Amino acid sequence: METMNIAGKAIELDADGHLANRNDWNENLAREIAAQEGIPELTSPHWAVINFMRTVFEKEGDAPSIRRLTKESGVDTKTLYQLFPKGPAKRAAKIAGLPKPKGCI
Amino acid sequence: MTQTNSAEPIQKVSIIVSHGSLEGVYPGLIMANGARMEGIEASLFFTFFGLDAIIKKRMNSLKVATVGNPGMHMPTLLGAIPGMSAFATGMMKKEIEKIDIPPIGEFITMIHDAGCQIYACRATVDMFHLKPSDFCEEVDGVISVGQFYEKAAGAQIIFT
Repeated sequence: METMNIAGKAIELDADGHLANRNDWNENLAREIAAQEGIPELTSPHWAVINFMRTVFEKEGDAPSIRRLTKESGVDTKTLYQLFPKGPAKRAAKIAGLPKPKGCI
Repeated sequence: MTQTNSAEPIQKVSIIVSHGSLEGVYPGLIMANGARMEGIEASLFFTFFGLDAIIKKRMNSLKVATVGNPGMHMPTLLGAIPGMSAFATGMMKKEIEKIDIPPIGEFITMIHDAGCQIYACRATVDMFHLKPSDFCEEVDGVISVGQFYEKAAGAQIIFT
């Protein structure tokens, strides 16, 4: 299994490169993953999306779709693509320490 | 068969939507949205009856075809009963909503906001005598086939 080294600690990743254990996640780790994904700074709208994703996942066992993000996280589609370029749902899930979303939308 | 796993990832898709039924329009929209979600550049080109999906007055009243559609597993005469198409359409819309796929109008906005360009086919617009004001505001232009190919340079073209 692939791992990533953060602050001297090896963190396990799944086949998609997302965290294998959700409990390993913390805000510093999120910043680290974001930096690797080409997002140098996580601003408050970034955190709004990340926290919303984590809340939905906690309740439902899958990350929300782009449509739900748009409707319920308070961040619209255009902004989502600006915050998380090249695939907001997947990238935000990765930064939020969640598996790749399963849905098509 | 060739091994495709090591091939270059898809960078760009140009999706043509040529049918105006609900089941004819959704696949192209789902593919376009899915492309953007994967960070793939995408554009949509609506032609013939596919144009109904971007015509303001029609986009939210597309129907499922219950006649001439073997996938419905319904005898033609049964499918022709008045109200059958509306019934099948209602059922499909309900199921589509359940899996979080938006109605056509909202989907077009979402896809456009995601950075997908939306074009109408020049020949069809001329044939049906359509005006720019007939289209929803997300339409980026009415273009010819030649312009479509120019814009699709380097893309995979998907015809639906």
